[in-house]
Amino acid sequence: MNIPKLPLGRMVEKLEEWLTLYFGPVFDFIHSVIGGMVVGIETLLTFLPSLVVILLITALAYWIGKWRLGLFALIGLLLIDNLGLWGPSMQSLALVLASSVLAVLIGVPIGILCAQSGKARNIITPVLDFMQTMPAFVYLLPAVSFFSLGVVPGVIASIIFAIPPTIRLTNLGIRQVSEELVEAADAFGSTPKQKLFKLQLPIAMPTIMAGINQTIMLSLSMVVISSMIGAQGVGAYVYRAVSQAKTGAGFEAGLAIVVLAILLDRLTQNVLKIKHK
Amino acid sequence: MPILEVKQLTKIFGQDARKGLTLLEQGWSKEKIAKEAKLTVGVNQADFHINEGEIFVIMGLSGSGKSTLVRLLNRLIDPTAGRILFRGQDVVKMNAEELRQFRRKNIGMVFQKFGLFPHRTVLGNAEYGLEVQGVDKKKRRELAQQALELVGLGGWENHRPDQLSGGMQQRVGLARGLANDPDVLLMDEAFSALDPLIRKDMQQELLELQDRVKKTIVFITHDLDEALRIGDRIALMKDGVIVQIGTPEEILIQPANKYVERFVEDVDLSKVLTAAHVMKQPEMIRPERGPRVALQLMRDSGVSSLYVTDKEMKLLGVITADDAARAIKEQQSITDVMRREIPQVRPDVLLNELFELMAESHLPLAVVDERDRLKGIVIKGAVLSALAGNAVPEGGLA
Repeated sequence: MNIPKLPLGRMVEKLEEWLTLYFGPVFDFIHSVIGGMVVGIETLLTFLPSLVVILLITALAYWIGKWRLGLFALIGLLLIDNLGLWGPSMQSLALVLASSVLAVLIGVPIGILCAQSGKARNIITPVLDFMQTMPAFVYLLPAVSFFSLGVVPGVIASIIFAIPPTIRLTNLGIRQVSEELVEAADAFGSTPKQKLFKLQLPIAMPTIMAGINQTIMLSLSMVVISSMIGAQGVGAYVYRAVSQAKTGAGFEAGLAIVVLAILLDRLTQNVLKIKHK
Repeated sequence: MPILEVKQLTKIFGQDARKGLTLLEQGWSKEKIAKEAKLTVGVNQADFHINEGEIFVIMGLSGSGKSTLVRLLNRLIDPTAGRILFRGQDVVKMNAEELRQFRRKNIGMVFQKFGLFPHRTVLGNAEYGLEVQGVDKKKRRELAQQALELVGLGGWENHRPDQLSGGMQQRVGLARGLANDPDVLLMDEAFSALDPLIRKDMQQELLELQDRVKKTIVFITHDLDEALRIGDRIALMKDGVIVQIGTPEEILIQPANKYVERFVEDVDLSKVLTAAHVMKQPEMIRPERGPRVALQLMRDSGVSSLYVTDKEMKLLGVITADDAARAIKEQQSITDVMRREIPQVRPDVLLNELFELMAESHLPLAVVDERDRLKGIVIKGAVLSALAGNAVPEGGLA
């Protein structure tokens, strides 16, 4: 028996056309919000002379991770500046920060929803699996057709790719709060909201932070991929170096990304420990 | 006047719990329902009441449904059928907001593994119940502080729970339960996670605390000794059914069925019965009546000594027949010749603490209350007889 090929690809394209046609204004709105956000963060990072920004970030690193992280931030960022990659690095950082902030703003509430409703979790978990395993390149295309080329589809793709850990670990963190503690909160007459904010979120916080940390790392890993659809930044330097087979330039730009990655990772990992000191 | 009345309270876990209810009514056993209907009967038609100010112990082995039962009382678990009347108001029918108010104002809870919030300080834990009620910060701190002092934790406010020993952690749990001054305090195996010695201390302290705060306490335990020590009344559970409800003595001396009998047969009675249970009425005399009357009284009642008390029944000493005869011969009064060194115990002292005293003395032990009034005497024979499991002598049953 010869079963004809399912027109799955064609259906997805139809859906894409239909969405572009009827939800154009919505996409335009999202475009201007995200675009404005990225530009805002970028301006904030490049408005002051690079040396001042480096010192500010170093101070932050010192406050969160003591002299070790402070020293790393100082040397690493000076290196980026010295290589002439400061501007593009800050563009990339703006992209990462914008997508991470949005991913957290969207992901934490969804994670809470998953933790509180088994039904929601059963629907959302396979969607997350899908988002994480589908190659990131594949949803660059619809993102481009909805939001045109540039940084915005890059942010969207980064959010889709990077949001699952935040959702998963928020859900996990809340579910891991021991039964007895939840009973105790209930037994003293907490409302669901009081239970969430006074008990579940504070106790889940380290787990949620681990999720946020992963989200930031994943969105950083999207920097190069985003550059393929026109997002500016240090990712574009890597992409160009690779396509032109310039090993040295590729190494320099790659090193800038590594410095940013380590810095973001250590900062988010240690931010919770401050409170306990 | 009962503060809580529980009527036909049933909890069945599983998909179609209502069906299980019909099966129960048809007289199916718990095992049969589990096997054929795939339903778990947690609590099966429990009927009991709890009086204001008493310590009501629900006791049973693991799987007997006692933890489910206590959670039905504040609806941490929703019952399948039955009624729970708190001062006449049906807790089962309360909506979410009414239930919340009931939990905030009327019923507190202490948990087996303490259930303390690790991210809050000791004070933060104690004030939690007041905080969710919206009591303002100053007031709730003050009340939480009082509760902490009540359980002997003054000075530990700013520590974290994990810096405290198990016994102290459970005191925090107790303070949290008491801080919003509920009418009923549910204690779910509250002392089971503690070391045996600490556990005994906590039991003793709970009794002392109860004397002061006069709460109604529902105490869950799997430990019969604990139940007998602190319970005013005990409900014994097996397979979700309450097998017997009674005072500790009733449970021990008149077990309702073979199950209870087997349960209590290993009980060391000397750790349960107190001096008050085995003491008998002493022969007494007031000092001003003189040695001749004393001697006559001894002859009439066939004893060899009399306890000398004043008008208020306060114990002064003991006089033997020899002493009385000597007093008559030497023209002395009772107070001149009586012995003042008498071994004394309080009525609530356990029998196992009496043994040593009894071995050292050839006189019976005098049982006196906190104002030194003579309540009775304990003779060796009565103790042995009680330990042999014979019902306690006249008037001994409380």
